[in-house]
Amino acid sequence: MFNMEPGLYHILFISAALFFTGVYGFLTRRNLITLLMSVELILNSVNLNFIAFNKYVWPDQLDGVFFTLFIIAVAAAEAAVAIAIIINLYRSHQSIDVEDASELKY
Amino acid sequence: MPNLLNIALIPLLPLAGFILLGLFGKKSLKNIAGGLGTLLMAASFLLALQTAYGYFEVFGNTGNGYAAQVPFSLAWLPFATGYSINIGFLLDPISVMMLVVVTLISLMVHVYSLGYMRGEERFGIYYAYLSLFTFSMLGLVLSSNLFQIYIFWELVGVSSFLLIGFYFNKPSAVAASKKAFIVTRFADLGFLIGILILSNVSGTLDFQQLITTLTAQGSAPLQQAQQTMFLGASTLSWGLALIFIGGAGKSAMFPLHIWLPDAMEGPTPVSALIHAATMVVAGVYLVARLFPVYAISAPYLLEGIAWVGAFSAVFAAVIACTQTDIKRVLAYSTMSQIGFMLFALGVSGYGSENGLGFTASMFHLFTHAIFKALLFLGAGAVIHYVHSNEMKDMGGLARQLPITHLSFLIACLAIAGVPPFAGFFSKEEILLAAYQHNPAIYWIALATSGLTAFYMFRLYFSIFWNKTAQTTKERANHGEGGFFMMAPLLILAVGALSAGFIPFGHFVSSDGQKLTTELHLSFSIAPVAIGIGGILIAFLLYRKSSEAPNRISQSLGILYQSAYRKFYIDEVYLFITHQIIFNLIGKPLAWFDRNVIDGAVNLTGQGTELISASIKKLQSGKVQYYAYAFLVAVLVFSLLFLYVWR
Repeated sequence: MFNMEPGLYHILFISAALFFTGVYGFLTRRNLITLLMSVELILNSVNLNFIAFNKYVWPDQLDGVFFTLFIIAVAAAEAAVAIAIIINLYRSHQSIDVEDASELKY
Repeated sequence: MPNLLNIALIPLLPLAGFILLGLFGKKSLKNIAGGLGTLLMAASFLLALQTAYGYFEVFGNTGNGYAAQVPFSLAWLPFATGYSINIGFLLDPISVMMLVVVTLISLMVHVYSLGYMRGEERFGIYYAYLSLFTFSMLGLVLSSNLFQIYIFWELVGVSSFLLIGFYFNKPSAVAASKKAFIVTRFADLGFLIGILILSNVSGTLDFQQLITTLTAQGSAPLQQAQQTMFLGASTLSWGLALIFIGGAGKSAMFPLHIWLPDAMEGPTPVSALIHAATMVVAGVYLVARLFPVYAISAPYLLEGIAWVGAFSAVFAAVIACTQTDIKRVLAYSTMSQIGFMLFALGVSGYGSENGLGFTASMFHLFTHAIFKALLFLGAGAVIHYVHSNEMKDMGGLARQLPITHLSFLIACLAIAGVPPFAGFFSKEEILLAAYQHNPAIYWIALATSGLTAFYMFRLYFSIFWNKTAQTTKERANHGEGGFFMMAPLLILAVGALSAGFIPFGHFVSSDGQKLTTELHLSFSIAPVAIGIGGILIAFLLYRKSSEAPNRISQSLGILYQSAYRKFYIDEVYLFITHQIIFNLIGKPLAWFDRNVIDGAVNLTGQGTELISASIKKLQSGKVQYYAYAFLVAVLVFSLLFLYVWR
């Protein structure tokens, strides 16, 4: 049982766990940096899905790999933008707590 | 050919006066306002005389009559090819006659006002208004189509409003001006609808075309207009009747007369110009303008007009006998005399001998303008002297005011129909026309002439004879009024003496042909006798102060009371407007507006506010709530897509 080859379902399980870990972190943490990290977790769970489906469903194609590379690039850009926003937020609010940035309401 | 520039300048000079004085009359032109207005008016009068001479002697004369001419017509508001509202001049005997009358009376009033209104705070504005009125009246007279006459008709109404309310710090003057404006506007609504109906059935607004279309027997538009029925009368009848209602409003015919006596709140020269000599005859002029249509296509309406005129004449004469304010007596006398003009039109037929009533009516309009203006200006001189409108404050003035006395006497004789004064000739013609066509109206008119003579001489004796203890008290020690006030009186007195000798039928007749009118001496006996009878009664009662008039009025009791209270017509109007219209229509409508219409609008606003208040909490500004809601929604939709909407 322990020397079983890992299959699609194993990977999907890990991916789902990673996704909900990210969601949980996103909804519960107050620190914006942590929130950013949670978002990265969610993105990476998606990457895992792409790779897994590519490997097990259509092994002779490369679409999933390309998408994953693309997402990594976009995530890097997103992280840069997010950090910039966080820095600006800190400058104006002296805090990176998401609770403190709630002016944009009714 | 008529000189177009001269004709155009007749109304345009007063307009220039209005613009100049209206803009600068308060400050820079204040001192010369009167002189400027009077000079412009004099120029206008001379041009009118020249035009009249040219029309009657040169270009309008066709040998045995006069043809209507349109020397100028401009398509002002074209709607479609061949259908437009024009601005033009129409010259025919009655418009030319009115040009002379209006400019003459207006000039006299301008000159008179130089004395009467001297020292007035708003002297320049007063002359501006006078010029505006004269311009509008001349425009009305010269109008070549129904719409143009309507425009000037309203302008005349506005300037009358401005002048009645000239003393705007006197509440009664303000009320009177509003009353005059509202009552005449109410009648003008009828006029407007009448214009729309008539232009619709005839396809034109132009007077000449309209008359041609609607008098050609058997023409398609006429037949259609006569056969299309609406509420029991033909379209043509409705149109003509509504136009007459407009005319009756301006001419103060019963029951739309209530504004005229109150209009006497204006300065006295204004009363002479507007509410005696010119504007109030606009209704008569309107009917005369469309006279062929009335006479040929709707003679039954003419009969109605005759009865309205006759009733108004006797009604106003009875009230005039009881009033004590001299201007009000004159106002009711005006209404009575306009009644004469209208029933003269009403009993008239179209063409040659039948058209005697038409000629008589226009003749009476002409002579009445002169002697009634004279009466009002004389009354103005009296009021100027004693500072009161009430007859009881006057008396024994013959010595103090010799010129006024003489001219007033001439005017009274003229209106009473004593030969050889102007009123005698025109009234004889009216009575003759009535006698020939409608004996019932003749008898009414005869009785009214007696009343006319009586109340005019009651006025005359009360002002100039009748010395009472009250009236001999110290008077203001100024004289009779200067040259400017006396000159118009003398000129008009000469007019009232001599205007009757004009062979009027040669100039003005219903069909443009010369009409020779004769004086039947035997016919004149009755009217003259009854007129002199009226004068004698007035002489006996009012020559000296006595108890007799009071005793008579007391023995008449309720009759006298109701005549003194003007037969309660004002009260009836008040009852109708306040009790019926305000309570039954106005208040429910106001309630409906406040509660239903405003309520619906408010309800929409309140509903929106309520909903937004209840859901605005959703937008909390907390990013994680949004993310949470988003996640839940995505999960719910995923489940739905997976298991429900597969």
